[in-house]
Amino acid sequence: MIDFALIADKLPSFLGATDGAPMMSTADGLLMTLELLALSLFFGLALSVPLALGRVSKNKWIARPVWLFTYVFRGTPMLVQLFIIYYGLSQFDWVRSSWAWEYLQSAYVCAIIAFTLNTSAYTTEIIAGQIRNTHWGEIEAAKAMGMSKWLMMRRIVVPSALRRALPAYSNEVIMMLQGTSIAGLVTLADLTGVARRIYADTYQAFEPFLVAGAFYLTLTVLFVWLFKRAEKRWLAFLGPRKA
Amino acid sequence: MFLQGYLPSILDGAMLTLKLAGASLVVSVVLGLIGAGFKLAHSKPLQWLAELYSTLIRGVPDLVWMFILFFGGQMLINDIATKMGWPAPDIDPMLAGVLTIGVIFGAYMTETFRGAIMAVPKGQMEAGAAYGMSPLRVFFRITVPQMIRFALPSFSNNWLVLVKSTALVSVIGLNDMMYKADTAKSVTQQPFTVYVVVGAIYLAITTVSILVLNALERRYSTGVRESEL
Repeated sequence: MIDFALIADKLPSFLGATDGAPMMSTADGLLMTLELLALSLFFGLALSVPLALGRVSKNKWIARPVWLFTYVFRGTPMLVQLFIIYYGLSQFDWVRSSWAWEYLQSAYVCAIIAFTLNTSAYTTEIIAGQIRNTHWGEIEAAKAMGMSKWLMMRRIVVPSALRRALPAYSNEVIMMLQGTSIAGLVTLADLTGVARRIYADTYQAFEPFLVAGAFYLTLTVLFVWLFKRAEKRWLAFLGPRKA
Repeated sequence: MFLQGYLPSILDGAMLTLKLAGASLVVSVVLGLIGAGFKLAHSKPLQWLAELYSTLIRGVPDLVWMFILFFGGQMLINDIATKMGWPAPDIDPMLAGVLTIGVIFGAYMTETFRGAIMAVPKGQMEAGAAYGMSPLRVFFRITVPQMIRFALPSFSNNWLVLVKSTALVSVIGLNDMMYKADTAKSVTQQPFTVYVVVGAIYLAITTVSILVLNALERRYSTGVRESEL
């Protein structure tokens, strides 16, 4: 029932061999998915550490706007966020006439902006939760050592919160991996985008999407395994004591 | 006029989104209960089947599953119909959407219910059996009312993700909010306003959901003592 010849024929397209080019010569397929994921996770994490500090700030003029940002981005579908950025910005003449328009026209840039904002909203909440969970003894000790507030944040609170955020963050990474599949809806050729092109060419639905699914499943298993290793390395102190 | 009168059309789409989400939730809860039952069953093949279901579904993006189940399922049904000599049946997109999203979120619900059932003390079920209740009656009278409290936090989360996932169904041809927004966007030339309105409706749905679910969580935690530090 499943046409294996078609799978064998089209498999290279998922690895960047578009239009008969050698594999990995274009960033289509697997590489595009990984690129979108890596860039948005990188920028998202970089944004969310300062945002998390703002989220737990006692100053409500800082804490409230950060709360609003995470609330709005966690309460709406990422597809809507992507469409607001990709289609929506063209509504404003001042955006179209600005220097940034050259970049904002590209689906790639828009996807990375949307994914970055979305993941940073979730990650901010994850990190902020762990900052609040910091044991009071650690903070007392830091104060007793005469650390200033920022030194304490930098040396004690943030490093330990980031470690403890690892299990929840691994979930977020896997959600983002799957979330990047919507990039195909704004013309990008990620794994799902490539599968859709093959579907449009051949009218065979099972083969291309099952192959794309197999890629995602493999990546998910791989990430789960990597994060397990990372947790063993960085969260060993939270585990049960070894005899 | 705001959005050249396209607001009612978007609200129509919102109604369809809500109906779709509600119906999918029912399907996913049923599948989740079955899946959790299989995972906790004493039969190895049933456990493997449930494990396969929840792993395969959760490891692949919703959007890809929609394509596989919707387009693939359609082709499969047409193939079977042709082989049997029947006319190709018309597949109702709403039904297909409900089944697709229900099957996807059933996998997430399986995990939710499995954890919640395991959190109910075993002695409760044993006591029910000791009273001579049938296994099914023990399940609905003893297990379910007590597991709700443990299931609610993860159930709430699944529901919120499910609502947001419905934004994808326009790709399988449903006239939901995103589909109406696409039409409104092309006609009004105000894509930003259109999608911000859609986003605001989604935010309203999630906000109301959170309020209701928090109230339910308080209701089902009546009498549970919280530890205070």
